[in-house]
Amino acid sequence: MNLIEKILARASGGEQVSAGDVVDAQVDLAMIHDLTGPLTVNAFNEIGAEKVWDHERIVVIFDHLIPANSVQTAQLHKMLRDFVKRQGIQHFYDVGKGGVCHQIMAEKHVRPDQVVVGADSHTCAYGALGAFSTGIGSTEMAAVFVSGRLWFRVPKVIKVQAEGAFRRFVSPKDLILKVIGELGASGATYMGLEFTGSAVRNMIVDGRLTLCNMAIEAGAKAGIVEPDAKTWRYLKEPARRKDQSLASDAEAEYTRTLTIRVDELEPMVACPSSVDNVKPVIKVKDVRPDQVFIGSCTNGRIEDLKAAARILRGKEVHKGVRLIVIPASNDVYLKALEEGLIEIFLRAKAAVENPNCGPCLGGHMGILADDEVCVSTSNRNFIGRMGSPRSKLYLVSPETAAASAVAGSLTNPYYQGR
Amino acid sequence: MQVTGIAVRLGDDVDTDVILPGKYLTLTDYHELAKHTLEGLDPSFSEKARQGVIVIAGENFGCGSSREHAPIALKYAGVRCVLAKSFARIFYRNAINIGLPVLEAPNACTQIREGDIVTVDLKKGIVTDESLNQRFTADALPDFLLELITDGGLVPHLRKTKAAK
Repeated sequence: MNLIEKILARASGGEQVSAGDVVDAQVDLAMIHDLTGPLTVNAFNEIGAEKVWDHERIVVIFDHLIPANSVQTAQLHKMLRDFVKRQGIQHFYDVGKGGVCHQIMAEKHVRPDQVVVGADSHTCAYGALGAFSTGIGSTEMAAVFVSGRLWFRVPKVIKVQAEGAFRRFVSPKDLILKVIGELGASGATYMGLEFTGSAVRNMIVDGRLTLCNMAIEAGAKAGIVEPDAKTWRYLKEPARRKDQSLASDAEAEYTRTLTIRVDELEPMVACPSSVDNVKPVIKVKDVRPDQVFIGSCTNGRIEDLKAAARILRGKEVHKGVRLIVIPASNDVYLKALEEGLIEIFLRAKAAVENPNCGPCLGGHMGILADDEVCVSTSNRNFIGRMGSPRSKLYLVSPETAAASAVAGSLTNPYYQGR
Repeated sequence: MQVTGIAVRLGDDVDTDVILPGKYLTLTDYHELAKHTLEGLDPSFSEKARQGVIVIAGENFGCGSSREHAPIALKYAGVRCVLAKSFARIFYRNAINIGLPVLEAPNACTQIREGDIVTVDLKKGIVTDESLNQRFTADALPDFLLELITDGGLVPHLRKTKAAK
């Protein structure tokens, strides 16, 4: 069995499962946030349920619209706070207490071998820690809140084998954009993506989270990486010997293997308006951003901020560009402060915001006007994603975003970072 | 169980951000939500849909965000069924859970024209284009999903089964 099959077999009490089987699995953790949570609570109440199945296994995180940007949002927040209180939910991250939901889940809650569901499509990120995690809808989440169980079809798995070392100014975001470009926006629908190869083994968890986070952009149900010494270090636990129950077997079945030579990879960009419209940055000319966004569940971690700061140090953002930097969590923000990164951003004339999703989904903190262009480290460039349906979004790595903010045009970071 | 409506054609990779933009996710009145359905693609969509329509889409319909507001907006706008060559998985589950019928019907989605009158038999998986006078097969829904949709979605279904206990 591959690792996803092993986790689903354990969670459903079976010895052996394979692709196509439908299993009824025990859920270890269930997460909602401030935009999908209210529909879950409504559905939970309408079902007529009284108590959640386990108040210690539910995590509620405010991140999409915080602090509240309107009376409507404030009402939704209030309704969720009441639910948390009434149900005695242990893990609740209100304004100022956490940050972007997927970052908080990775930092504080998820462990290898778990089955995790979240009412958000980028829940697939936690595969970076060797968990099976996937996004579900709000109503389905209400059913999980009641029973603690959910059915899954065991997915076929594509093995993504990334070999070699990254060149300077090329990073995991460029790798996952390349993979999505190769697979297409629906190339992995209903499937899992298992990331492996020397480039992944040498990558710390921050980078693995970026890879697994965007698995959904190829339609995948989950991304996954076998846990190893780097995983245990991230979880602040003593390293364990290789555990075959947390690894894919040598004879595990894959529906396809995609091999990427990372040493040949260059900075990539997903052009409007689909995430699989991927090209090398140097092939895309004359993109002049009005706004650059560095942050989100894809690229708001400390490694991302360090990469951006290396390019921004001692420089100023181009006069025609607004740079918005949002650390993904309080922990990331504190680390960035300690390492002097926040000062670098402020001196470069960036707006640094509190940990939250920011403009990624067009909610607030940097919504785009008609015909504006944004170069962003986030994960989606669909029509109207960040505001006006006439705005345009280009998705890149933190290195490319920082270089483009300084240059005033979409730029290969090599030219700004030297 | 049969549904009939006027065909509205859409392309490949129609994502949930375009079905219902993020800025409307705080709306709690589903009829208000419905007014903004697909407005970035076609500002007149919700007007058109009011008469009762069947969406005919390409590959990967509903990709992107897990927001359930997307199938809710379609349903309340007047969409009676979505036929697509293929669906993104979270959208597919969400649609069924809120009681919006969704069927994979690749042949029908190639041939049905904008404005045709279409009838879908959900149980048999038969799509009839009354205007072309042509029938297509679709992947019929298994009985337990059909029951979910007939009940109006997962919530009413769970209430019904709870009451039966």
